[in-house]
Amino acid sequence: MLTLKCPYCGVQACETELSPGYEAHLKRFGPGSSDDDFETYLFTRPNVKGVHFERWRHAYGCGKWFLAARCTTTLEVFGTYSAQVPAPPAEIIDAIKSKRPDWSPET
Amino acid sequence: MKRYSAFAIAREAANYHQGWERAWAKRALKKRYDAIIIGAGGHGLASAYYLGKNHGITNVAVLEKGWLGGGNTGRNTTIIRSNYLQDPSAAIYEKARSLYETLSQDLNYNVMFSPRGVIMLAQTHHEVRGYQRTAHANALQGVKTEWIGPERVKQLCPIMNIEGPRYPVLGGLWQARGGTARHDAVAWGYARACSDMGMDIIQQCEVTGVTSEGGKVTGVQTSLGDIGCNSLGIVVAGHSSHVAEMAGFRLPIESVALQALVSEPIKPCMDVVVMANTVHGYMSQSDKGEMVIGGGTDGYNNYTQRGSFHHIEETVRALIETFPMISRLKMLRQWGGIVDVTGDRSPILSKTPLEGCYINCGWGTGGFKAIPGSGFGFAELMAKGYSPLTAEFGMERFREGRFIDESVAAGVAH
Repeated sequence: MLTLKCPYCGVQACETELSPGYEAHLKRFGPGSSDDDFETYLFTRPNVKGVHFERWRHAYGCGKWFLAARCTTTLEVFGTYSAQVPAPPAEIIDAIKSKRPDWSPET
Repeated sequence: MKRYSAFAIAREAANYHQGWERAWAKRALKKRYDAIIIGAGGHGLASAYYLGKNHGITNVAVLEKGWLGGGNTGRNTTIIRSNYLQDPSAAIYEKARSLYETLSQDLNYNVMFSPRGVIMLAQTHHEVRGYQRTAHANALQGVKTEWIGPERVKQLCPIMNIEGPRYPVLGGLWQARGGTARHDAVAWGYARACSDMGMDIIQQCEVTGVTSEGGKVTGVQTSLGDIGCNSLGIVVAGHSSHVAEMAGFRLPIESVALQALVSEPIKPCMDVVVMANTVHGYMSQSDKGEMVIGGGTDGYNNYTQRGSFHHIEETVRALIETFPMISRLKMLRQWGGIVDVTGDRSPILSKTPLEGCYINCGWGTGGFKAIPGSGFGFAELMAKGYSPLTAEFGMERFREGRFIDESVAAGVAH
């Protein structure tokens, strides 16, 4: 059972009260953008085998969207954070690097 | 390859069964092949087989990082059907189903194809309209399905509760020549035939890189050394993004867990396959007597081949309304796989930005039924650069907005 701490209401939420939202930090492109950018935004995904930044909604709780850093090969959770940021905050990056010294945000 | 037959059994029995050969040869990796297929699952092995059988390309290696058929091919619920909605889907799934009809004879390997019939249950008025529409589409596509009423459903499957009240059975879409096959045997049968054509199947060989020059593929780097090739087929299901990254491109897929489970074996009680998409589960009975049960995917990116318990609980709980007897069954064994899911729930059989490199992926939760058709079409694509079976499934369809929307036909797992 995956457990994520909702950064808004503080509840240690089991995945049964959460709704998955897949890839986080997508750069949104709208009408007037190039085919490449639009395709990338809508469909193309890194689908990382490793450290993954993803969206979750606290569906049976406060209802808010938040973000999580989680490993897709070990299911280890590095932390959760507000969705109101364009990139993972420093504390999350540090938490990942302390467990995965070889990892960097560019990979 | 010594052919399997009743005569062979008699011959070998006389020799105390010491003469049976390996199903596929254990050979050493060569330095170079005409074609390399990455992934020795059903789709990869079928692709290699049809490269040899239909196109005379036999200088082929199939590379597998784990054990043959150990991925999704060994983990599915064995359902075979071709009752999808869109024309390109009908073509490839019906090609697969019709190849399954004679596969045991074609491969000289008993894949235990059992055309026991598949019912897609309609338990809401929305589903009634949807499946009647599919029946009409199938009639136009030359796929034999029919709409049947609740009494006929009950006749075909007596253990079903059609009364409701919550999910009454209002009828169903019936494909009489759909059914099941033994999933491992499909992989082993194709592997044996490939080996017999002289192809090298190399297990415990992980591809770690794809080499290229001037925008054209030149080979792969592996845990067992570098290998050269003229053309490369990537057929690795849940790991498609991982290998595509090595070849320099990205895919519109997400890899998530899909689980399945079997009950304790019981006496024969169910002759058909039933998919109940409203209650969110599907079930059939194996030849060992186990009820084989599956449901929807787990919800998040996951490469562990393990899912969460509550999904299994939800699937079985959902099926109890429609099959009350399973409330007393003990569930014996559960497992999971990694399914690569696309936005339109249709596969990707395509050239890639790397010349000479082709990809066959995105089958999501519905790959097993398609193995022979997928291999047939993908081999043609690799050999000739075009196949009518794969033409609509190119990866460029996402850019061009030409989706092949099968989210309804794909069943529960969306």
